[in-house]
Amino acid sequence: MEVFLEQLINGLTIGSFYALIALGYSMVYGILKLINFAHGDFFTLGSYVGYTFLVFGSSFITAHFGLWGGLMAAMIIAAVCVAVVGVVVERAAYRPIYPAGRLPAVVSALGASIFIQNAIMVIWGPRYQAYPASLIPNIHIQLGGLHITVLQIVILTMSFMLLGILYWIIQKTTFGAAIRATALDKDTASLMGIDFNKVIFFIFTLGPALGAITGVMVGMYYRQISFTMGWNYGLKAFTATILGGIGNLPGAMFGGLILGVLEMLGAAYISAAWKDVFVFLILIMVLIFRPTGLFGEKVAEKV
Amino acid sequence: MAPLLVVENLHVSYGAVEALKGISLYLDEGEIACVLGANGAGKSTLLKAISGLIPITKGKVFFKRDELNHVPSYEIVEKGISQSPEGRKVFSTLTVEENLNLGGYSRRRYKNEINEAKERVFVLFPILSKRRRQLAGTLSGGEQQMLAIGRALMSSPQLLLLDEPSLGLAPILVNQIFDIIREINQQGTTILLVEQNAHKALGIARNGYVLENGALSTSGSAEELTSNQKIQEAYLGGTALKNYRKP
Repeated sequence: MEVFLEQLINGLTIGSFYALIALGYSMVYGILKLINFAHGDFFTLGSYVGYTFLVFGSSFITAHFGLWGGLMAAMIIAAVCVAVVGVVVERAAYRPIYPAGRLPAVVSALGASIFIQNAIMVIWGPRYQAYPASLIPNIHIQLGGLHITVLQIVILTMSFMLLGILYWIIQKTTFGAAIRATALDKDTASLMGIDFNKVIFFIFTLGPALGAITGVMVGMYYRQISFTMGWNYGLKAFTATILGGIGNLPGAMFGGLILGVLEMLGAAYISAAWKDVFVFLILIMVLIFRPTGLFGEKVAEKV
Repeated sequence: MAPLLVVENLHVSYGAVEALKGISLYLDEGEIACVLGANGAGKSTLLKAISGLIPITKGKVFFKRDELNHVPSYEIVEKGISQSPEGRKVFSTLTVEENLNLGGYSRRRYKNEINEAKERVFVLFPILSKRRRQLAGTLSGGEQQMLAIGRALMSSPQLLLLDEPSLGLAPILVNQIFDIIREINQQGTTILLVEQNAHKALGIARNGYVLENGALSTSGSAEELTSNQKIQEAYLGGTALKNYRKP
C-alpha cells in the first residue's frame, strides 16, 4: 500500500509536468490545428534559463529574496524569456506559412524545434547541466509510512495551482470562452468581435511560459537537465494531449496526470524498463476504442 | 438624412472566381431591407464582405459615413454592425449563456450593458433563458437560430445582418422568427435580411434587392418587387404554381 501511494504521488508529480506541457500543445492545436513540435524545446529552454539564473545569481537571490523567493524569481524570469521566444517563433516560423496549409506548418515546427535545441546546445554546451544542490533543501517527511520530500510537496502544489488557474481562465472567464469559440470557428468568433491575433498572442505566450515554469520545476526535481530532454517530455506531453482528446484543455490536464500515474505504477509493478511500453500500450488502446481521446467527445451538431 | 449603410459598386472574388460583380445598395436607419436570390447568387458573400470576413477587391462600404473596406471584422462589430451567419454557427460545445456573452464580447467592459442586452434577448426568446446552462449543440434547430440572432443582438448593434434565418426551419417556426425580426426592428435596429423565402422577406421589408450570379438584377420597394411579374415567377412561385396541373 505504501509503495502504491508513493508511486501515486510520484506519478502525479511527473503527470503534472506532462499536463502543464500538454496544455501548450493542446492550446496551439485547438486554435491553429498545428502540432507545435517546438513546444518541448520551449520547456527545455525554460529549464536552462532558470538554471543560469539560479547558478549565477544564487548568492544575490538568496540574500534578497530568500530561498523560495529566488526559485519563484527563476520561474518568472524563465517564463517571461520563453514567452518572448514563443511569440518570436510564431511570427518568424509559423505565421508566414499559414497560407500554405497545415503540413508545411508542421514541417516548420519541426525545424523550429531543431533550431531551438541546437541553439541551447551552442549556448550551454552539449553536456548535462546540474541545478545547484545547495539551493534546494532536501528535507524528507515521514507521513504515516509515506516518504515524501518537501520539494515534492512544493512542486505538486505549484503545478496544481497553475493547472487550476488555467482551468479557471479557460472555462470560467469570457476571454477563455473566446479562446474556445475561436478554436471551434474562427470566422464566427471574429464576428463576435474577437481578435484572432490576440488569441494567438495569448496562446503563444501562455503555453511557452507554462512550459518554461515546468522546465524549472523539472530541473529542481531531477536536478539534471540536458538540451535534448524536450523531445522526451514533449513526446509524453503530446501523448497526454491525444489521450485526453486533442484541443480539449481539461482533457490535456487529465491526460497528463493519468499518463504520469500509469507510468509510475507501471514502473513499480511491472518493470521500470518497460514503463514507456506500458504507457504507449494504453495510448493505443484508447485510440482504438475512443479515437477522439478520453474527453474528446463531440456534441452532435444539429442542422 | 444620410443612409446608415452604403454599398458602392462592390466587387468580391474567391481566387479567380468573381462572386460579386459590382453591387450597390443602401439602407436608411430603421428600415428592413432584404436581399433575395438563388443559391450561389452571392447573398452570403455580400454579408461577409460587409462584416469584413472576406476582402473587398473593388468598391466601397460605408457605415455612418465611415469607410469599412480595410477595417478588420472584429472592429466592425465595435462600430455597430452585427451578423447572425448562415447556418446559425452557434458555438456548440459552449453553453447558451457563454454564446450570448461572446455575442457581447465587443462590449465586455460594460457589464451593465451586457446584462441589459441579455435581459432583452431573454424577453424576445424566453426559451433561451430556460436553456441558458445547456450546451448550444444540444438545442433544436429553431432554438439554435434564436440563439444565433440573440447572440448577434448582444452587442446592441445599430445594424443587424441576418443570413437566412429561416433556413431549415418548420413553417410555424419561420413565422415566429419573422415576427421576432419585425419586433427587433420596431425596437430600433436596422436590419439587412438575406433570405431564400422571398415571400416572407418581402412581407416585412421596405426595400428589396435581387441578386443573380453576383450582380443586382432588380431592386425596388417591397410592393414593387412583390407585384413584379419576373420576381413572382422566379422567387414567389407565382404563375409556375398556378399553371401547375396534376397529371
